[in-house]
Amino acid sequence: MSTMIDDEVGTAPPQRPTKRQRRAANIADAASGGVRMLLVKMLFLAILDAVALYAAFILVTGGQWLVAALVALVAAVVNWIYFSRRRLPAKYLAPGIIFLVVFQVFVLIYTGYIAFTNYGTGHNGSKEQAVSSLMASSLQRVEDSPTYPVTVVDQFGTLGLLVTDPDGDALVGTNDQPLQEVDAEMEGGEAVAVDGWTSLSFADVLARTDEITELAVPFSDDPNDGAVRTPDGSNAYLYVSSLEYDEAAGTMTDLSSGTVYSDIGTGAFTSGDGEELLPGWQIVVGFDNFVRAVTDERLAEPLVYVTLWTFAFALISVASTFFLGLFLAIVFNDMRMRGRRYYRVLMILPYAIPSFLSALIWAGMMNESFGFINQVLLGGASVPWLTDPWMAKVSVLLVNLWLGFPYMFLVTTGALQSIPDDITEAATVDGAKPWQVFRLIKLPLLLVSVAPLLIASFAFNFNNFNVIYMLTDGGPRDSSAPIPVGFTDILISMVYKVAFTGQSRDYGLASAYSIIIFIVVAVISIIAFRRTKTLEELN
Amino acid sequence: MRVNRKSLLAAGAVAVVATLGLASCASGDSGSDGDASASGTLTVWVDAERVDALKGAAEAYTEKTGVEVELVGKDNADIKDDFIQQVPTGKGPDITMGAHDWLGELSTNGVVAPIELGDSAGDYLPVAIDASTYEGTVYMLPYAVENIAMLRNADLVAEAATSYDDMIKKSNDAGLAQTFVVEQGAEGNPYHLYPFQTAFGAPVFGTTEEGYNPEDLQLGSAGGEEFAKWLGAHGKTGTGDFNTDIDADIAKDAFLTGKTAFWLTGPWNVGSAIDAGINVAIDPVPSPTADPASPFAGVKGFFISAESENKVAANDFLVNYIGTEDVQLDLFEAGNILPALEAAAESASSDPIIEGFAAVGDEAVPMPAIPAMGSVWQYWGIAEADVINGADPVATWQKLTADVQAAIAG
Repeated sequence: MSTMIDDEVGTAPPQRPTKRQRRAANIADAASGGVRMLLVKMLFLAILDAVALYAAFILVTGGQWLVAALVALVAAVVNWIYFSRRRLPAKYLAPGIIFLVVFQVFVLIYTGYIAFTNYGTGHNGSKEQAVSSLMASSLQRVEDSPTYPVTVVDQFGTLGLLVTDPDGDALVGTNDQPLQEVDAEMEGGEAVAVDGWTSLSFADVLARTDEITELAVPFSDDPNDGAVRTPDGSNAYLYVSSLEYDEAAGTMTDLSSGTVYSDIGTGAFTSGDGEELLPGWQIVVGFDNFVRAVTDERLAEPLVYVTLWTFAFALISVASTFFLGLFLAIVFNDMRMRGRRYYRVLMILPYAIPSFLSALIWAGMMNESFGFINQVLLGGASVPWLTDPWMAKVSVLLVNLWLGFPYMFLVTTGALQSIPDDITEAATVDGAKPWQVFRLIKLPLLLVSVAPLLIASFAFNFNNFNVIYMLTDGGPRDSSAPIPVGFTDILISMVYKVAFTGQSRDYGLASAYSIIIFIVVAVISIIAFRRTKTLEELN
Repeated sequence: MRVNRKSLLAAGAVAVVATLGLASCASGDSGSDGDASASGTLTVWVDAERVDALKGAAEAYTEKTGVEVELVGKDNADIKDDFIQQVPTGKGPDITMGAHDWLGELSTNGVVAPIELGDSAGDYLPVAIDASTYEGTVYMLPYAVENIAMLRNADLVAEAATSYDDMIKKSNDAGLAQTFVVEQGAEGNPYHLYPFQTAFGAPVFGTTEEGYNPEDLQLGSAGGEEFAKWLGAHGKTGTGDFNTDIDADIAKDAFLTGKTAFWLTGPWNVGSAIDAGINVAIDPVPSPTADPASPFAGVKGFFISAESENKVAANDFLVNYIGTEDVQLDLFEAGNILPALEAAAESASSDPIIEGFAAVGDEAVPMPAIPAMGSVWQYWGIAEADVINGADPVATWQKLTADVQAAIAG
């Protein structure tokens, strides 16, 4: 990076090695120092193996066999590669490939998998979790029933509740045995112990939380009277359940209305007339999300103009940042200009500020009634920078130009400096004008090295969520559209609004959309890269 | 050749270090999993600003029961989504801090467990219990009730306004640049305009015994259209009291610099007004009609994870410790919002600011937590913003009602 900015390096006479070069040479020397390097290598591999072993151990105790096996496998492969005297290419490639797999391939595959599930609000966990959650929330406390002080008691491993009723009588019961009156030892009006049972201390209660959460002592022989449960181990309440789960049939029955909800393979218990009991659970739904993504009627109309604007936004952003960056690079490459370095640092500043921050600051400055631009720069004008559909588009492009030109400036500065001066000289001797030199010689040569970056920049801007979200949030809203889409929404921000509206989060749909967008960008990039190959023949 | 070997070995060193980092990441993740299930530790996610307020209660609980309470400070904005995503994997906390309007979402995702308040339910403010109840079941232990009120700069305007028109008059008499400010934005801000809407008798939903009824949309009643007309008359093409360009920061600046004496906002902004040396008084929202202008109440509280392995301790900690006056007062001091426990609310009301908000809160209604509310938010603000900016009030309001109805019907 520093050599790109510092153009003196290429032209200056050979200097003594800089500090950094000396340090690099030292490292290189040390690296080749047989025994010492071998020891260092052994040390690193030993630490790696120790950590891998520890990780595998923890994973195995946590029951994560697959991940443990993977960690062990990767550690073994790394050892084999670096202890081997050959495997030269593998020594180079192994670290990169490991990171690629963890941070790119895994994420891609996982997104792909989610796109084929119904993961989202209401389909968040497993079926087992959904059932237990439904059962827990179906418990209704019997109206006007009292609070029963309880002691949790144990008899040969079976838990029971020792309950004191409001009359001061002591009752005991278990999961299978309804409450029965007993003679108990009382303390302060509450039964604390009974013969034949061991009273549990609070610590014991906590240790057996799972059993106590399941403990429901029938109030009487009639199941309709409900059961006594204790949420905190010291007070119990009488509950009746409004749902019944039949595991064999896979159905939920609403006891008050008699409606039967069955598992019909849609990831939720569904009644005969299509009503779903939520929460449901996650299932694989095949191509449903993709079908929904392309057939959603609410999207039909907005999708057209959002797609057009997305392409316009990405193309204009690339073109405007490239030409402004190139123009500035040429200007600051001119030897006659003084203090170029300071100007260059200034130029790079927008690049150094996080884009989140600058987009928010721009949003403030572009406020119609109170913004800095209207109030101070334009002396109290009321230009609707962010609230008029067309002005908002212009504003987004302007801000993105401000954010993006430093990158292009850096890249083109580097590329310009790599074009040999003698070509320019030769052209000038042949009588070419400066504009001709630029257009016919410098620009094509520049494009050879910069074109791939322009394609990457297009792909980046195609999905430039930050700028849109922070600056306008897609607004101004198109109040005629049936979804909350706005005039500056690009595809990715529209997808965000469709998949994550209000309280619903539809990760499956969002993943499907992002895969579709990925395919679009990938196809465009591949075509563009093919085209740029012809440029390379210039060299 | 020599150079090649050197750089090769250097690359080898880099690779090993990198793999090392990677492996340690993996072990870090899995490590926390193993620990949580083994020991009796309660993990509590807390809004980072309130960690200190809970330390006392956590330590007292550990001392009495031996259960460690681990308080994890989290960014308030991330808690809800992280909770929903992590509970099913078994890596979520036992307890999380949250707000009552998350209830619909948490319950639909099956990540919260019911809480039994028992007899202590009567010790809380009624609005707090209403808000903590979803489809007839209590899921949240409330600790604070929050609502907006009219902040007045008592040095500029000495007396509280009796009605909306009175406020405008008092403001004009004082010769202020702006009559009053309320934060809006390009997409409106219905939360802050709601008191005016209720004054016209147009709540969002009707209510039944179990709470808000999504099938009874009151938004589009005749009162709603009256409200829209009134809003339009005070918007851009009318008196200009409401302006969608005024966002939170601009509203704050106008009040702090004395450009206006009235600011419709919540307790979260009182601190900065007092710090700026303003003599702040808290008034009820001046009503544009004869009926009171009641804002939404937001209730903050604690949820228990449906997958918690320490439910007994979690229930005990919340109901019997967080639900005590001392802890509620500690939390109050950390956030300066009215405690949900009635006894604590009374002690806190010795502060005139809190008393002011509490008085307004008596009129407040819980913000609906039902999923249908998500469909309302989507269209509500943009319709109000359109009305403020001069769109035909009645037609815009009718379209809003139609859009919301269609969205709820799905």
